[in-house]
Amino acid sequence: MNGAAIEVTGLTVRYGDVLAIEELSFSASAGEIVALLGPNGAGKTTTVETLEGYRRPTKGKVRVWGLDPIDDHAELTRHIGVMLQEGGVYSSIRPLEVIRLFAAYYDNPEDPEALVERVGLGDRLSVPWRHLSGGERQRLSLALALVGRPEVVFLDEPTAGIDPVGRQLIRKEVSELRDRGTCVLLTTHDLDEAEKLADRVLIIDRGRLLASGPPQELMSAIINDDIQFTAREGLDTKAMARALGVSVEERSPGTYRVAAAPEPRLVAALTSWLAQHNVALGDLRAARQSLEEVFIRLTTEASKDNPVHEIRPERPRRRSVRPRRKRT
Amino acid sequence: MRKIRPYLAQTATELRLSLRQGEQMLVSLGIPLLLLVFFSLVDVLPKPAGVEKPVDFLAPGILALAVMSTSMVSLGIGTGFERHYHVLKRLGATPLGRPRLIAAKLTVVLVIEALQFALIILAAVALGWHPSGRATLAVPAIIAGTAAFAGIGLLMAGTLRGTVTLALANALYILLLLLGGMIVPLDKLPGPVQITAELLPAAALSQIMASAFDYGTSVPANTWAVLVAWAFGAPLLAAATFRWD
Repeated sequence: MNGAAIEVTGLTVRYGDVLAIEELSFSASAGEIVALLGPNGAGKTTTVETLEGYRRPTKGKVRVWGLDPIDDHAELTRHIGVMLQEGGVYSSIRPLEVIRLFAAYYDNPEDPEALVERVGLGDRLSVPWRHLSGGERQRLSLALALVGRPEVVFLDEPTAGIDPVGRQLIRKEVSELRDRGTCVLLTTHDLDEAEKLADRVLIIDRGRLLASGPPQELMSAIINDDIQFTAREGLDTKAMARALGVSVEERSPGTYRVAAAPEPRLVAALTSWLAQHNVALGDLRAARQSLEEVFIRLTTEASKDNPVHEIRPERPRRRSVRPRRKRT
Repeated sequence: MRKIRPYLAQTATELRLSLRQGEQMLVSLGIPLLLLVFFSLVDVLPKPAGVEKPVDFLAPGILALAVMSTSMVSLGIGTGFERHYHVLKRLGATPLGRPRLIAAKLTVVLVIEALQFALIILAAVALGWHPSGRATLAVPAIIAGTAAFAGIGLLMAGTLRGTVTLALANALYILLLLLGGMIVPLDKLPGPVQITAELLPAAALSQIMASAFDYGTSVPANTWAVLVAWAFGAPLLAAATFRWD
């Protein structure tokens, strides 16, 4: 293989009249973990499935390990590990049975017995897939993605609907892949997850790349010049604004934004106003902004630019972006 | 197809999963054996002219039914659900490859058919069946019948939703059982129905099986033509329309 593990150049994917991906370009190298972050219908799964060879680009070029996913598909399958968003396993098969089956497809597979232990299913060997919990299925799917010792791994929503233990385990496996020099492309609509797992985040929405970079950089890209806090709903923001001398808005019920830099004097004035009005303070946050805010800001701006951009959901089953507020 | 190990693992796994599936085994083994034993002992069904014992008429037809149940019903329903649960899609991203997957599925069908034949023939002989005649004729008929019914099963599996395939495969199974000359002789069907039935693969297969085990007479060429047409047409149509995802 020469150069990047994943290379996407000017990718456009169209379903009939609907534009799912528009002029998307990015690359990822060996040992790098890249997260595609975006709401449902953003085009994350379409992008991954084009790289896996399930979909043909309408325009543009994609290469995985230097191979064309469709023309060189047989060779490609020896280098990639795939975790679909859901399903993918015989409903009556047992964990070790399916890992052994998949191991037989590859030249130099992982040891199935060790792998089933590694993903924490060593005590679930007699349970068929259909009786495994959502988290157990995710872990088994991960094992199947890893059994062939792939160079490039695609994980579509690997931590969706998973319990905290499973989440931890998947994080650990992913960072071990990085250490082994494997390239990982994962999709998520969970900002927390992208921030924790990825070396680089690509924010996409409506098929277009909005921003990319390491999570920390993305977060500091937009200077934060406000104070946010939570308290009970329906505070008199006009009175508060008069008292503080800057504008205050209630962005959503119980969440307020004070539009000025968090000078100590202003923070003191705010808390004293709240004290005077006998209002208990919830979160108070200044300076550091979360990836979620970057994300919301970017996607809202994008939709203002382009309000009637039709998009087709990737999958019939839709999930919403779960607001997972970070506490400071 | 460079290597045989993935094919062997695939075949062994799919065979194990099939044998473990109670409802599949009921259709493949339970129902044919039940029909054979029941109607051999309870002589209520009409028999074709010249046949004395019910088992002499039933045994070849039940063998044809076994082919239909495994290659159309079990294969169709199983593959339909594998498609529904994205198993086929997931396998598409492995080095297994389609040729080995299809070869494995056909092997499983043939192995289960062999098992069915062993049990059905054993039961039929115990019920007093004396097969005679050109049993070698049965081999090409079984192969053609398997191809025809597998084609029909995969045509449904590759185009319809899993649950629709389940319902339709079972409905076809009953319909073709009744129109297939397996428990009701074709000449007892009303004229137009009989003409239609003779164009379907079930009747063609059962007629050839009957002739092979020699209760009947020689098989008209057009019966073979019907079976061979289905044996090529149905798999080709299935291949042309199959959606893996």
